[in-house]
Amino acid sequence: MKLTLKIWRQKNAKAKGNFETYKMDNVSPRMAFLEMLDALNKMLVEEDKDPVAFDHDCREGICGSCGMYINGHPHGPVPAITTCSLSMRYFKDGDTIWVEPWRAKPFPVIKDLIVDRSAFDKIQIAGGFISVNTGAAPEANSILVQKKKSDDAFDSAICIGCGACVAACKNASAMLFVSAKISQFALLPQGRIEAKDRVRAMVEKMDEVGFGNCSNTGACEAECPKEIKLVNIARLFREYYKAF
Amino acid sequence: MGKLISKIPDGPLAMKWTNYKASVKLVSPANKKKLEIIVIGTGLSGAAASSALGELGYSVKTFCYQDSPRRAHSVAAQGGINAAKNYQNDGDSTYRLFYDMIKGGDFRAREANVYRAAEVSNQVIDHYTALGVPFARDYGGTLDTRSFGGVQVSRTFYSKGQTGQQCLLGVYSSLNRQIKKGNVKMYSRREMLDLVLIEGKARGIIARNLLTGAIERHAAHAVVLATGGYGTIYFLSTLAVNSNASAAWKAHKRGAFFANPSFIQIHPTCVPQLNEFQAKLTLMSESLRNDGRVWVPKTKGDTRPANTIPEEERDYYLERKYPAFGNLVPRDVASRAAKERCDAGYGIGETGLAVNLDFRDSIKKQGKEVIENKYGNLFDMYKTITGIDSYEEPMRIYPAGHYTMGGLWVDYELMTTIPGLYAIGESNFSDHGANRLGAASLMQTSGDGYFILPNTINNYLAEEIRVPKISTDKPEFIETEKAVIERINKLISIKGKHNASSFHKRLGKIMWDYCGMVRNEEGLKKALTLIKEVKDEFWRDLNIPGDSSDLNQELEKAGRVSDYFELAELLVTDALNRNESCGAHFREEYQTPDGEALRNDEEFAFVAAWEYAGESKPHILHKEELNFENVEMKVRSYK
Repeated sequence: MKLTLKIWRQKNAKAKGNFETYKMDNVSPRMAFLEMLDALNKMLVEEDKDPVAFDHDCREGICGSCGMYINGHPHGPVPAITTCSLSMRYFKDGDTIWVEPWRAKPFPVIKDLIVDRSAFDKIQIAGGFISVNTGAAPEANSILVQKKKSDDAFDSAICIGCGACVAACKNASAMLFVSAKISQFALLPQGRIEAKDRVRAMVEKMDEVGFGNCSNTGACEAECPKEIKLVNIARLFREYYKAF
Repeated sequence: MGKLISKIPDGPLAMKWTNYKASVKLVSPANKKKLEIIVIGTGLSGAAASSALGELGYSVKTFCYQDSPRRAHSVAAQGGINAAKNYQNDGDSTYRLFYDMIKGGDFRAREANVYRAAEVSNQVIDHYTALGVPFARDYGGTLDTRSFGGVQVSRTFYSKGQTGQQCLLGVYSSLNRQIKKGNVKMYSRREMLDLVLIEGKARGIIARNLLTGAIERHAAHAVVLATGGYGTIYFLSTLAVNSNASAAWKAHKRGAFFANPSFIQIHPTCVPQLNEFQAKLTLMSESLRNDGRVWVPKTKGDTRPANTIPEEERDYYLERKYPAFGNLVPRDVASRAAKERCDAGYGIGETGLAVNLDFRDSIKKQGKEVIENKYGNLFDMYKTITGIDSYEEPMRIYPAGHYTMGGLWVDYELMTTIPGLYAIGESNFSDHGANRLGAASLMQTSGDGYFILPNTINNYLAEEIRVPKISTDKPEFIETEKAVIERINKLISIKGKHNASSFHKRLGKIMWDYCGMVRNEEGLKKALTLIKEVKDEFWRDLNIPGDSSDLNQELEKAGRVSDYFELAELLVTDALNRNESCGAHFREEYQTPDGEALRNDEEFAFVAAWEYAGESKPHILHKEELNFENVEMKVRSYK
C-alpha cells in the first residue's frame, strides 16, 4: 500500500507543534500500525532526521503505553483495541492518515506523540489500594466472594490506564478511569472496608489535577480499548454519595 | 574458585527457610528509616520489594524506564500463578511443587532456593487476594485453579488470560500506598546506566532522565535489581520491545557474576511472524494447551484448510509422542517438537513455520460458553492480530523466545557477588534451572519481592546501620558518571547511517538461528564470528539523530543494543561450554536415539557463573556444584 501520513510533530512541551507530511510506499497490510511507524522512523534515521517520538512497550495491548489519535479516534478507528494492536489491514491503498497525541489539559505533550500521564498515577496514589501489609493477609479462601461479583470486579480491573477515555472526552474527564478502580474494590469484600475514604480521596485528587466532570456523552466507553463500561461511572457516583 | 558461596542454611530441606528466618540478623525500626535502598524495576518483584521494604520502614527509591510503574512487562503474563494450596485435593503439596520445578528445570537449579519458592507460594496467593486481585472463583465463592504444562495437579490461580496484569496492578497498588506514605520515592522514565561501587560495595547508580537527558546520581546503602529478563536479545520475542539487559549487564561488568546465560525458554504457543517489520511475537498463553490440541497434517505440504482435513489425516504429535502428558508437556519439549515437525516439512501456512492449536473437540465437549469464559480474551487477541476466529478454525502457533532462566548469580539471600547488590525475579538465575514451568514465574518473582528479599536484606543492612547517608559527591560517583557520559558520547558521535533496531534485528536473527531452540558446536562458533562482525559494524555505522540532552529514543535503544552485543557473546560461549542437553538448552550432539535431551550429570551438574575479566578478555568460568540431597536425578520423561 501507498500511504500519506500527517503526523503531529512538536519538539517539546513549550514548542508550537504542526503536522508534517510523510509518504510511505510498500506498507504491508500485515503490519501493525506501530510497525509502520517503526518503518517510517528507520527511514528518517537513515536521512539523519529526527524520528517520531511515541510511547510504546508491550506491543500486545496490555501495558497501556501507546496511544495516539488516529483519524480522529483514540487508538484509531477499530473499536476495542489499542494502537499497537491496530493492523494496517484496516487501511487501504492511497489513504491519508492523521496522527495526533492525546489532547487534554491534564496530559501535556512532552514530545511529538508522547504525553505526560502522571496525573493518572497521582489519582491511584491518593487511594487506589487496599491497606494490607505484606504478611498480614488471611488465608485466601477464608473470605468468600460471589463469583458474579468477582467477575464484575475483574471486568473493571482490566483498565490499562492508557488515557483514551480522557482524550475522547470533551471535558477531559477521567471518570471512567477512576470509576474502574473504585468499582473493582467496591465490589470485593476486601475493598469495602476503606471504600468511603478511597472514593473521596481519589475524586478529590482527580479534580485537583485538572480532569473535568463527566460529560454524559459516553465517548469514553465508545473509545475504551478494553471496553470498560459506563456502569462503572454510575457506581462511582453511588459510592461517592454514600461516602458523606 | 572459592568465590561462589551460596550460603544455603543447614538443616533438612523443609526447615531451611524457617531456620534461616529464626537466626537472621534484624534491623530496628529506628535504624531502618536511616537506611536507603534503591530498587530498579517495577514489575512484580521490583514493585513488591519496594512496597514490602517501605512497609518495613526503609527509605526506598524506586526506578522504572516506563512513564508509570504500572507498565512493567509482568503486566503481559497471561496464564496464571502457581501455589501449593492443594485446594483441589489432588495430592499437591509444597514438596510436590518443589519437585515439579526441580524436574521441570532438568536438575539444574538449587534445591534450597526452589523449595523456598514453593514454600512461600501460598502466602503470595493470600496476599494478592487481600490486595483485591480478582482471581477466578468457583460458584461457592472459593478460588478456582487450572492445570498447566509439566505437572499433573491443578494448582494454577488465574484471572482469565490476564493474570500478570491483575497481579501487577496489585503490586502497583501496594507500591502506591507506600509512595503516599512517603516511604517510597518513585522515579519514572529513568534508566539505570551504571552501578556505583564504593570500597567494593554497591552504593548507588547513575541514571539517565529519559525526558530531559540529565545524568543523575543516586546513592543508597543497598541496590536491588528487579530488571527482568533478556529475551529481546532475539529481537523478536514475547517481551516488551523496550525490555533489556543493560542494568544487569552493567552490574555484571562491575563484578556481579552472570549465571547460565544460555538457558532461555522458547515458548511453544506464539503467533507466528507475519511481516518483516514485525516488532514482537505475541504469546498465546500456555493454558490454552489445557483444551487445545496441537496437530499438523500427516501429509507433507498439505495446504487444505485445517477444518477440511479429516481426523485420520491429522497427526496429534504431542499426544502420540508423549501419551502421559500429551498436550501438556513442558514448554521446551513442546517447542522442539513443533520445530521438528516443521523442519521435517509438515508445518502449515505460507511459511511452513506454524502448527495448529485446535479447540474443536473442547468446544464440542464443553460448549463454546465454557471455552469463552476461560480464554475469551486470548481468542479476541488472536483475532485482532490475525483476523482468524479460533472458535471456528484452529489457531496457528509457533515457538518464540520468552523467558530467561539465566541471569545474575545470587546466593540464598538473593545477593549477587557484589556485596549489597541484590537481584530478584527474572533478573536472577536461581529457581528455574534449565527450563521454567508455566505459572512458576509470577510465583517466584512475587515471592522474591514480597517475602524473601525483605527478610534476607536485613542480614546485610544490619551491618550497615553505622554508615551515614552516602554522598553522591564521592569520587566513585564522579568517575562512574564520567564513564557513562563517555559511552553516550561515543554512541552519538558515530554518525553512520542505520538505526539501532536494524542492528538489533540482525543480532536477533543470528541468535535465533544458531543459539535458539537447537544448538550445535559448529553453529555456535559461527555465531561468535557473525556477532563480532555485526557488532563492529554497529560501532562504525550507527546513526542517532539529535543529541543526548533531550528525549532521544534512538539513543536509549542504541545503548541497550550495544550491551546486547556483549551479552550475546557470553550467551553463545556458555552454550558452547555446556556439552550436554538439558531443559531448554538442546545441543544436537547430545541427544538420545529418539531425539530427547541427553543430560550429562557427571560433568555438568553445576551452575556456570561467569566473571567479567575486562574489555576483550575472555570471561572466567566459576562452577557452583549442584547437590541433590532430596530428589533423585532422573531422566526427565513425559512419555
